Amino acid sequence: MVKDLSVTLSGVKLDNPIIPASGTFGFGYEFADFYDINCLGSISLKGTTKDERYGNKLPRIAECERGLINSIGLQNPGIDKVISEELPKIRKVFKKPLIANISGFSIEEYVHNCEKIDKEEQIEIIELNISCPNVNHGGMAFGTSPEAAKEVTEAVKKVTTKPLYVKLTPNVTNIAEIAKACEQGGADGIVLINTLLGMRINLKTRKPVIANKMGGFSGPAIFPVALRMVYQVYEAVNIPIIGVGGIEKAEDVIEMMLAGATAVEIGAANLVNPYACKEIIEELPKVMEKYKIEKLTDIIGKAH
Amino acid sequence: MYKNDIYEILENRILAKDVYKMILKGETKYIKAPGQFINLKINGCYLRRPISISDYDENTITIIYKIFGKGTEIMSKMNIGEKIDILTGLGNGFDTSLSGQTPLLIAGGVGVPPMYRLCKELLKDGKKPIVVLGFNSKEDAFYEDEFKNLGAEVYVSTADGSYGTKGFVTDVIRNLKDYTYYYACGPMPMLKAVYDIVQTDGELSFEERMGCGFGACMGCSIQTTEGTKRVCKEGPVFRKEEIIW
Ligand SMILES: Cc1cc2nc3c(=O)[nH]c(=O)nc-3n(C[C@H](O)[C@H](O)[C@H](O)COP(=O)(O)OP(=O)(O)OC[C@H]3O[C@@H](n4cnc5c(N)ncnc54)[C@H](O)[C@@H]3O)c2cc1C
Ligand SMILES: Cc1cc2nc3c(=O)[nH]c(=O)nc-3n(C[C@H](O)[C@H](O)[C@H](O)COP(=O)(O)O)c2cc1C
Ligand code: FES
Repeated sequence: MVKDLSVTLSGVKLDNPIIPASGTFGFGYEFADFYDINCLGSISLKGTTKDERYGNKLPRIAECERGLINSIGLQNPGIDKVISEELPKIRKVFKKPLIANISGFSIEEYVHNCEKIDKEEQIEIIELNISCPNVNHGGMAFGTSPEAAKEVTEAVKKVTTKPLYVKLTPNVTNIAEIAKACEQGGADGIVLINTLLGMRINLKTRKPVIANKMGGFSGPAIFPVALRMVYQVYEAVNIPIIGVGGIEKAEDVIEMMLAGATAVEIGAANLVNPYACKEIIEELPKVMEKYKIEKLTDIIGKAH
Repeated sequence: MYKNDIYEILENRILAKDVYKMILKGETKYIKAPGQFINLKINGCYLRRPISISDYDENTITIIYKIFGKGTEIMSKMNIGEKIDILTGLGNGFDTSLSGQTPLLIAGGVGVPPMYRLCKELLKDGKKPIVVLGFNSKEDAFYEDEFKNLGAEVYVSTADGSYGTKGFVTDVIRNLKDYTYYYACGPMPMLKAVYDIVQTDGELSFEERMGCGFGACMGCSIQTTEGTKRVCKEGPVFRKEEIIW
């Protein structure tokens, strides 16, 4: 029996729920050297700010037992170049809906960037990144207070026409409260989680491995945390959730959807295995067969 | 299109203190230039380990690595016949077309491996490479004879003076003349010293901590005179004039 992998996010139909996560897939076309990326449901593009950013000092990467810490610091060419140079390149090799990941350091900047990206036809969902742990002032600051989260969501909602998904940080005490505030602010969906603030120390030098000392921890080690937060947020809001964090195989996707995710994003797994998303998509029907699932949408939130 | 592959260890033997040579059997068609690297998935390590390609033919890749931490330690204990998942043909590599007739090949420690293939290709093109190898001590030294057997002119320095010229590669280079270009790979202080004293044009190969090794994560980006570049994709080799220290 042919399995139905399709899902719908606020009216945007995806052939399957597999979306590479922002920051781990560049602007997509790098991966076209590895496989035909049109097998993906969508792609969440690299976090984009108004101005070009080099990002943080090196080293920006630290290995962990089952994951890594990154402190990229939102390196990107800036919104105008993303639109004029990166989008045309990805358009050539990817024909499906794209998700723009928008960052900022002030409400005005978020509004400016979202207004611009909203006009791009292939961008069908805007992901508002209020959860980057690697930049001061802004980034995560908007994602750790319900009031600030609501305020930025409302402001962006006013200038955009595309579904607006707010990406949350797990570095808070009450994730459900933040998600609810975003929903009240007009968010069409929630993406969670971004990375957990973490660090490593080099035993030889006795200094932090990362130049910025701390960074964002992700990879399979964080899966249970991400799953728990998706489960909690599912009970708190009535808008779709994209589950992210530690997913590396088809079983994880099923688990995340049972917790309440309508789609999932795959981050770190792409870095260690560039074929991760393709392999998960190929495995999904087999795992669905094993667990007697005909349609993926049937299982969303079924763990509640 | 590009493919990772499973490689089989044909040889894994010690060359010098903590330095091993590994020969891997598998696909090599993605390798385009000397100075490119491969990224190895080691069981027990989350991230892949980048190691330069020292040499290759139709179906084998040779690497030389030094035990530095957990991953390279595990590698040193791997047996013939074991399999490793590897991404090959990564990075830009050296540009042999710029070498002139007598290029200097300058390498320190585990910067030596990529110079072997480079030297081979330059000799094949009818060039007369001069190889300068630097090590800490005699027990760390490797590959002098291999370069000589290719037919290159070879100089060795050791920091403690236990073999060859006492001092650094730059102490050897000071006494050389009439070279046309240089290629350098080694620890950062060596690269900086070479950059400062060698007057000809040249290119230098850099190391950086990597999240992916193929351009996806921006973990390895450096600032150059031509803007931001990724060590894993636009590098690891950079022309002298691109470098900002
Ligand atoms: C392009 C390139 C080519 C290289 N070629 C060689 C070679 O031919 N021979 C050789 O012996 N070594 C080479 N290195 C260095 C080699 O990658 C490191 O020694 C190795 O990754 C250390 O791993 P470990 O698990 O033993 O050390 P650990 O300290 O346990 O590693 C922890 C993490 O830090 C990273 N790391 C540590 N040191 C380095 C380093 N110097 N550069 C990049 N990442 C590092 C590891 O990859 C890992 O993610 C090269 C590095 C690069 C970037
Ligand atoms: C190298 C790297 C860069 C990232 N950059 C961004 C970014 O620009 N914007 C963003 O919203 N999230 C970014 N993230 C977070 C991921 O999108 C994802 O939320 C997180 O890594 C958890 O998923 P994972 O465990 O599958 O990696 C980045 C993660 C990594 C590892
Ligand atoms: S290591 Fe990921 S971009 Fe270079």
